[in-house]
Amino acid sequence: MSGAASHFTRTDIRERRRSLLPLLKKIHDAERYLSQESIESLSRKLRMSENEIYGVATFYPQFRFAPPGKYHIQVCLGNACHVGGAQNFMEAMKLERNLLHGQTSPNGMLSLEGIGCLGCCAMSPVVVVNNEIHGRMNRVTFMQLVESLDPSEEKQ
Amino acid sequence: MSAARPKSGKGGASREKPAVDKTKVLVCESTACLSSSSAEIRAALEDEVGRLGLRDKVEVSFTGCHGFCQIGPIVVVEPEGIFYCRVKPGDAKDIAESHLLGGAPVERLFYRHPVTKEIVPRYGDIVFYKKQKRIILRNCGLINPERIADYEARGGYRALRKAVSSMTPEEVVNEVKRSGLRGRGGAGFPTWYKWDVCRRQPGDEKYVICNANESSPGAFMDRSLLEADPHTVIEGLALLGYAVGAGQGYIYCRAEYSLAARRTRIALEQALEKKYLGKGLLDSSFDFDAEIFEGGGTFVSGEETALLGSLEGSRSMPQPRPPFPAEKGLWGRPTIIDNVKTLACVPSIIADGADGFSSTGVETSRGTAVFALTGKIANSGIVEVPMGTALSSLIYEIGGGITGKKALKAVQTGGPSGGFLPGSKIETPLDFDSLRAAGTIMGSSGILVMDEDTCLVDTSRVFLSFVQGESCGKCVACRVGTRHMVGLLDKIASGKASEEDLTRLEKLANIVRNSSLCGLGQTAPLPVLTALRYFRSEFIAHVVDKRCPAAVCRELITFRIIPERCTGCRMCVKVCPTGAITGPRSQPHNLDQSKCIKCRSCFEVCRFDAVAGEAIIIVS
Repeated sequence: MSGAASHFTRTDIRERRRSLLPLLKKIHDAERYLSQESIESLSRKLRMSENEIYGVATFYPQFRFAPPGKYHIQVCLGNACHVGGAQNFMEAMKLERNLLHGQTSPNGMLSLEGIGCLGCCAMSPVVVVNNEIHGRMNRVTFMQLVESLDPSEEKQ
Repeated sequence: MSAARPKSGKGGASREKPAVDKTKVLVCESTACLSSSSAEIRAALEDEVGRLGLRDKVEVSFTGCHGFCQIGPIVVVEPEGIFYCRVKPGDAKDIAESHLLGGAPVERLFYRHPVTKEIVPRYGDIVFYKKQKRIILRNCGLINPERIADYEARGGYRALRKAVSSMTPEEVVNEVKRSGLRGRGGAGFPTWYKWDVCRRQPGDEKYVICNANESSPGAFMDRSLLEADPHTVIEGLALLGYAVGAGQGYIYCRAEYSLAARRTRIALEQALEKKYLGKGLLDSSFDFDAEIFEGGGTFVSGEETALLGSLEGSRSMPQPRPPFPAEKGLWGRPTIIDNVKTLACVPSIIADGADGFSSTGVETSRGTAVFALTGKIANSGIVEVPMGTALSSLIYEIGGGITGKKALKAVQTGGPSGGFLPGSKIETPLDFDSLRAAGTIMGSSGILVMDEDTCLVDTSRVFLSFVQGESCGKCVACRVGTRHMVGLLDKIASGKASEEDLTRLEKLANIVRNSSLCGLGQTAPLPVLTALRYFRSEFIAHVVDKRCPAAVCRELITFRIIPERCTGCRMCVKVCPTGAITGPRSQPHNLDQSKCIKCRSCFEVCRFDAVAGEAIIIVS
C-alpha cells in the first residue's frame, strides 16, 4: 500500500472498511472484549473515527465492551432450550447470584450472557461455559455447575 | 487435522488411496457429538487399535454430522455399515476387541427403534435414514470433512471440471434453470433467474456470496453441512462464480459457528492447493478465489442486503430493493447471494445433469428439502426428503412420532418467523407453495413439534421477542410494533388482557407485516397470526377464563405437592430458593403459595432425582 496519506485509491478505503469486522473479531478473540484502547488504536490504523467503529461494533451482539468473568456462562435461549426451561437459568442467576445478561460478577469469576440458538437442539437445554457445551441441563444441575465454578460464601 | 490420521507404517501412498478392504471406523465429530466427548472416543479407539496391532487393517477417522443428533455420539464401522449410537469413551475397548478384532459387533450399542424396541444394527436399515433422499447431504457422515481426497473419491469437483472445460457460463445457468432449483434460504426465488440477471450485467467486477448466517432458533442444517462437507459448498460457489463471471466469492458464516468456520477454512486451503480455486483454476482461463467471512452474530444479517452491509464493514441493515444485488450489490457491483443448501445442490445438477434433480419433488418445487426436526419428537435431527413429502410422514415415519404420553398439538415450520400448523393440517405437503397456502413458510426449514404441554401464547411470545430483539431498528413498524406486540402477549400470558387486546394484537400484526422493509419484519407477526387463526380458543382461555390450558404461563399456574405421593425426601426443600417448601423428613412437605416464585426447581428435582418422583404437579 502507498505510504502517502494523501493518496488513497478507492480500493484502499474499501479494503480498510472490509477489514473492520474481521479485525474487531480478532481483537475480541484475543482480549475477550473490546477495550477503549484497542478501539482507539484501531481507529488510528484504519483512519476511521472511534465513533464510527463504536457505531458498527455495538450493532453486533457478538462484541462485549467490558471484560468477561473467568468463566463466561452462555445460556442458549433458542426455542428448543426455552421449552426445556432455559429462561429459568437466567432467573436463577439473577436470584442467587444477582447477575443479569451481559454482567460480570464483582469478584470477576462469572459473567452471564443469553445467546441465540446454537443448533444443539437435540441436547437442549444447553449451557456453554468458556466454549465447552453442557447439554440436557435443568435448573438444579445448572446451579450445581455454577457452584462448582465459583462457590458462593453464603452456602453452608 | 493431519494428526488425526493413523500413523501407519505403510507410507504416504496408502494414505492417499485408502485400500478397499480396510475397515474404517468413523466417529461423528459434529458440534453436538463433540459436546458428548466424541473426540475422546476417537482418541480411545485409536489407542485400542494401536494396542491390538490393527493399524494396518483398521483406519480410525472422523466425519461430520450424520443428522441423527438425538442418539449421538455416533460411530459407524464401514464397509459393513454397522451403526453404534450413544457411544461413550469407555466403549472403545469393547468395539475394538469384540468387533474390530473378533468380528462380533457390540450389540448393546446398536440402535433401538424408540417405539417397537427393535434392534437395528445397520446404518441403511434405520427408518430415520431409509425414508430420506439425500442430494444436499449426500456426503454428510460419509467423508472426512478435513480431507479433500475423500470428497474427490465421491465425485467431488467433477462438476467444476466439467463446467470450466466443456460448458459456457450460459449453459451452466440453463442447466440450473432446467433443474427447477429454487433458493433454499426460505423465499424460494428461482435460482437461475438471478444468476441470469447477474450474468448479463456488464463489467468484470462481480461477487458471489454463500449465505451461511444461519441464526434462526431450531435450524442447524447449514452448520451441519459446512461441518460435514464444506467442499460441496465451495464447489457450488465456484460454479456460481463461473456462471455469472465473478472472480471473488465469500462464505458469510455466522460467528458462533466456530467449528464450521474452521473446517471451511481448511477446505478452502486444500482447494486452493489442488487448483480448484485460484488463478486459472483446473487449467482453464477462469480465475476464482473464495474466502470465509465471519459475521457478527445478528439474525438480520441473513437478509441479503443486510449481509452486504456487514461485508462492507458497516451496520447490518437491509436496503430497499430494487436495485437488486444481482445488479448492484457489494461495493455497488453485481452480486449473487445464495444459501448454503442452494449451492450444495448445484454440483450434482451440473455433474449429473438437471434431470435427476428435477425428477424429484413436485411440479413447482423441484429437488429435495432439508429440515431440522426438533421439539417433542422421538428422532430429532436433520433430514432430507423430496419436496412435497407430507408433514405427517416426516413426523411419524422419519421422526418416529411424538415422545411422551401427550398428543401432537401444533407444528411450527420456518423458524421464529414461521407460522404454526394445527394437528389437522398434518397432511400438508412440504413444499414452498403448499406451506404458503397453509399460512406458514418454508423459511429456515426448522420444524418444531409441540405436544399438548406447549402453550401457544407462550411460544408465540418467545418467537416474537426473539425477532423483536433482532430487529435492526430501521423501520418503525418492526422496531416499535414488535415491542408493543410482545407487550400485548405479556399481558395475555399474565391474565391481565381483555378481548379488545386480541383485536389490537391482530391489527398491529398486520401493520408490522405490511409496512416493514425486509423479510424479518414482514414475517415476524406470522407466529402470532397463525396462532390466533388456529388456536384462538387458547388465547380466549387466557383472556376470559384467566387460565393457561397447557399449564405453562407462570402467572396463571400454581405448584402443588400431592401428599399421598410425597415421601418427604427433602430434596425440594433444599433446592427451593425462597424457602417456600417446608416439612420434616419422611413426612409430606408443605408448599407456601405466598412465597412460591414458580421457578420449577422443585418440580424438576422431584421428577428426576427425588425418591418418590412426580409428587409435585403444576395445575392451571
